[in-house]
Amino acid sequence: MNLAAGHPGFLSPTGVEIVFVLVGLATLGAALVTVTTKRLVHAALWLVAALGGVAVEYLLLTAEFIAWVQVLIYVGSVVVLLLFGLMLTKAPIVPPITRDDPSYAEVRAQATADADSGNRWIALAVALAAAATLVTVVVDAFRSTWIDLDESVAGSAKVTGVALFRHWVLPFEALSVLLLAALVGAIVLSKRRKGGER
Amino acid sequence: MDALDVTARIAAVLLAFLILPLLVGQTEHKVMAHMQGRVGPMYAGGFHGWAQLVADGVKFAQKEDIVPAGADRRVFQLAPAVALIPYMLVLVAIPVAPDGGVVHAIDAGIFFVLAVMGVGVLGSLMGGWASANKFSLLGGLRTAAQLMAYELPMLLSAASVAMAAGTLSLPGILGVWEWWWLPWQLIGAVVFFTAGLAELQRPPFDAPVADSEIIFGAYTEYTGLRFALFLLAEYAGIVVLSALTSVLFLGGWHGPFAGSVGWVWTLLKTGVLAFGVIWLRVSYPRLREDQVQRLAWTTLVPLALLQIALTGVVKVVM
Repeated sequence: MNLAAGHPGFLSPTGVEIVFVLVGLATLGAALVTVTTKRLVHAALWLVAALGGVAVEYLLLTAEFIAWVQVLIYVGSVVVLLLFGLMLTKAPIVPPITRDDPSYAEVRAQATADADSGNRWIALAVALAAAATLVTVVVDAFRSTWIDLDESVAGSAKVTGVALFRHWVLPFEALSVLLLAALVGAIVLSKRRKGGER
Repeated sequence: MDALDVTARIAAVLLAFLILPLLVGQTEHKVMAHMQGRVGPMYAGGFHGWAQLVADGVKFAQKEDIVPAGADRRVFQLAPAVALIPYMLVLVAIPVAPDGGVVHAIDAGIFFVLAVMGVGVLGSLMGGWASANKFSLLGGLRTAAQLMAYELPMLLSAASVAMAAGTLSLPGILGVWEWWWLPWQLIGAVVFFTAGLAELQRPPFDAPVADSEIIFGAYTEYTGLRFALFLLAEYAGIVVLSALTSVLFLGGWHGPFAGSVGWVWTLLKTGVLAFGVIWLRVSYPRLREDQVQRLAWTTLVPLALLQIALTGVVKVVM
């Protein structure tokens, strides 16, 4: 049987589909700026835009619960943690001189160079490989799956909960143990050794 | 739901958002004054200075809007909006009356309100970092540390109510609420309200804006309307926190004659809690930064976990 037989097709897209693509493009743009901007804190803020865009995509796919969790965990906590970390480092705010100062361009270039780890091309290769793997897997898994937006509640809290604690409970618990191990590891690493040295 | 209905609901949210925070602000002026043996504003508007905050708004609008030369311009200017808008969005999901007395019922309502409230703190962080001022940066650091410490107990105590009700939807929780939940969820209520105060940086958790140490924290460099927006965000936060606490723990619109005057009960409970917030500001000394952290991690988190255990036990036994 042809899998695409019951497929509504991509010609004559609905409003939701158009919005989905547009939000996707905006998210991609924000993500690109996140990794290319020269200022670290701007990168963190663009990351907020990218993660928020992903949350909107979840909403459009009726996965309401996942969308709010995405905002709560990633925008509300992870980015705050990132910003907290950046504020502790010497991340250059703006060089502490004004724009009309003659050495402004020089200081600016120095700050930019300081923020560059020199791993640009390796990072690009890793990102491309990860993206290729994910796109292949996701496209292969959901090739002809179609959500009926009018009646579907596939992403409501109840459905998500049932799926998580009935079919996926073992992976869920395994992840909890993994996170607990990470927590214990972090405490061990941050604890001072005897004799007062760090 | 037709267009007229939607417009009416949005207008109601806007109206509540514009009026309630100002009401809380004016109440704070008067309550603080009377608790300290003063009379507070008496002239603006004639009757007991009711128009004081309107006058303040006009004053703020007239002030020059200054952006420091070393500041990161766009982030600096965007910050007040990021701080303020989330609180307006949260109001959409808060039920004020039974049977559809909510602007938009959201399936995972608890997650929605907590997630969106957390975003508001980004505004303070942006302001703190972009000001290029060391006091602002310290304020931003303290804000971030405080948010991370108090987000967890707040979530856990809200989760306890969700467990008790068997739903994440705010109208759904009120639908099954009964009076004996009051003592049952008491610990959770205290933890939630305290953590909420800390997230709003209200006294006694106002170390991020401690005027005697770091001027005004992340808002040090702000003037005029942008400063007023940050202040408005604080008062909107008080309204949202009080309304949420009353919905989650005090039964929202439940009360005698709830069918006809349910919204009065919601407003009354919210008002009493907001009064409590103001009272704390006048009567309680500011916690030191390490005390703020210790309270969250060694007191509130264990208490919230205890509440969850209690909820679970009662739920299974009943």
